[in-house]
Amino acid sequence: MKFWRKRGKALALLTVLTFVFGVFAAGCGDNAAENGDTIKIGVNYELSGPVATYGTSCKNGIMLAFEEINKDGGVLGKDIEGLVQDNKSQNREARNIAEKLVSQGVVAVIGPATTGNVRAAEPVLSKAKITLLATAATAPEVTYNEKTKKVRDYVFRVCIIDPDQSQVMSNYIFDELKLKNGAIIVDKDNDYSVGLGRTFKEFFTAKGGKIVAEEGFVPTDTAFKPQLTSIASKKPDFIYIPAYYNQVGLIIKQARELGIDLPIMGADGWDSPKLVSLAGEGNLSQCYFTNHYSIEDPAEHIQNFINAYKEKHDTTPDAFAALGYDAGYLMAEAIKQAGSADPQKIQDALLNIKDFEGVTGKLSYDEKHNPIKEVSIIEMVDGKQKLIKKMQPEH
Amino acid sequence: MQDLLQQLLNGLSQGSIYALIAVGYTMIYGIIQLINFAHGDVIMVGAYVALGAVLMGFGFIPSLLIAMLVCAVLGVLIERVAYRRVRPVSRLAALTSAIGVSLFLEYTMMYFLGADIRTFPPGVLAERTYSLGGVMITNKDLLVLGTTVILVVVLQYIIFRTRTGKAMRAVSFDGQAAQLMGVNVNNTVAITFFIGSAMAAAAGMLYGIYFNSVQPLMGLMPGLKAFIAAVLGGIGSIPGAMLGGILLGMTESLVAGFGGSMYRDAVAFIILILILLIKPTGLLGKGVQEKV
Repeated sequence: MKFWRKRGKALALLTVLTFVFGVFAAGCGDNAAENGDTIKIGVNYELSGPVATYGTSCKNGIMLAFEEINKDGGVLGKDIEGLVQDNKSQNREARNIAEKLVSQGVVAVIGPATTGNVRAAEPVLSKAKITLLATAATAPEVTYNEKTKKVRDYVFRVCIIDPDQSQVMSNYIFDELKLKNGAIIVDKDNDYSVGLGRTFKEFFTAKGGKIVAEEGFVPTDTAFKPQLTSIASKKPDFIYIPAYYNQVGLIIKQARELGIDLPIMGADGWDSPKLVSLAGEGNLSQCYFTNHYSIEDPAEHIQNFINAYKEKHDTTPDAFAALGYDAGYLMAEAIKQAGSADPQKIQDALLNIKDFEGVTGKLSYDEKHNPIKEVSIIEMVDGKQKLIKKMQPEH
Repeated sequence: MQDLLQQLLNGLSQGSIYALIAVGYTMIYGIIQLINFAHGDVIMVGAYVALGAVLMGFGFIPSLLIAMLVCAVLGVLIERVAYRRVRPVSRLAALTSAIGVSLFLEYTMMYFLGADIRTFPPGVLAERTYSLGGVMITNKDLLVLGTTVILVVVLQYIIFRTRTGKAMRAVSFDGQAAQLMGVNVNNTVAITFFIGSAMAAAAGMLYGIYFNSVQPLMGLMPGLKAFIAAVLGGIGSIPGAMLGGILLGMTESLVAGFGGSMYRDAVAFIILILILLIKPTGLLGKGVQEKV
């Protein structure tokens, strides 16, 4: 018995040591990656679950970029290999996958798509000192810790931040559409939605507008007519719904069924082909949202991207695909400028990126790792997107 | 005033959806005293089958019938596999088994079909909106309400006017005695599940069309709400389920419409707790007599 107990202790020690070395080796996975034939980059996305269309589009954009880069000879003479993982749109899975990717020796990670999932994955990567490049996570908190007033060193993003979206939308509504009284509906269970609703109210009332009604819902809700009826009785000029397409679609449909034909505004969470099938084509008129880019932009590099994407996926790329595509190229550019696939050097290179020309606009970083970019305003006309204009937010 | 009417109407249409689901729930409970927690998920399967049929080109009525048939068979299968052997042992065992079936259905669907929302193609049901003095109502509202009323009448007829119904009532009253009198208990329970699950499929398709969305967890919340509706109306009582559903829908709508949209679900569950504390037999439930 004693022998076995000793043996057991030795085994336990061995296990712990293996684990520790495993983690350690993973933490400095750059060696493995640099010695290998490829540069491994983690791709952590929502490929199933409630926001699967965001994640899938981002992933498609990233992989298209990697494919094009590899066709042109790769970076530093090596191919880029995207390790694609599905986080099922769940915070916990997003974190598990970050851990898994670190242990697989990636030099950087792109994704997840949503603010909540990025925030779940971030601590793992920051600890391993591996850069997380977020594509569509728009909450300020993602790159900047409001509590400690510190920038999260290893988190960067390709997209504009939420306050940029609500600021541009409130300027557009107040100055150009000349509407003064608004109603807001937010998803109370969603940081993104609550944040946009709050900042929109701040910007809009600062300009002299009035918010006459504020309503909320939870993600399991499917019946929105009670809230909509109550909003209609307060007689607003428009309704601002910064939420995800799966609920926005139902809300717009039910609003039109109640005979509410007011303009309805929102943000980039609207951008999904599913919005049209959920709301119904005929109901999607007089609807506006802020977005990262528009497929109608005639610029050559944008149209080239759209055609390449269409050829591969048989559908027009939404903003998430465009952000993914930009993230793929931005990562390659950072590795090229770093001259090495060392995670720390990649982080340094990203800090110094200047005027990177992507399909979602020209990108440089401010001190909080947020890109300074134009915001597009899109109008839905009978279910089709139409680019109205691009506006520069004030930082 | 017009707002109040509109809110009551919103509640009526939401409530008739709860009622539609609660009717199947309460029927199964009435016969075998099992709270079939998988009922909400049979609804979800029904919605998927109906959606599949519609996408294959079938019309509204044929798709509905296909979904009802598939789910009826599924219901019988669930009873045979997951409940039959544990049913006589203890109610708790059957209840636990029901929760297992519920999770099994949800995650099997998610595995094979993914978790993203699907929608019925436009035109399955030509949608119309009517305005009655400023109060808006759609033909979908009327369809759901009408279907619920028809189902209640048909079920009441089956249970109180047919031989099968008599057997069901006998099994419900005392399974062992019924068996001694020559009633085939297992068959009767199977028939109960057959009918109950077919109703669930009908509810599923209507729910999917009404909210224009079908996804693997769609049955979860409506299933719970329908359970509350069934308890409110008196579990086991079919007209009670209908009354309970409509009352619950209206309460929720008034709560959400007059400033409490975040408390809608909380109020529903508070009603459940209050009913269980104050009048466990529900509004239309029979008093329970302890058998000696």
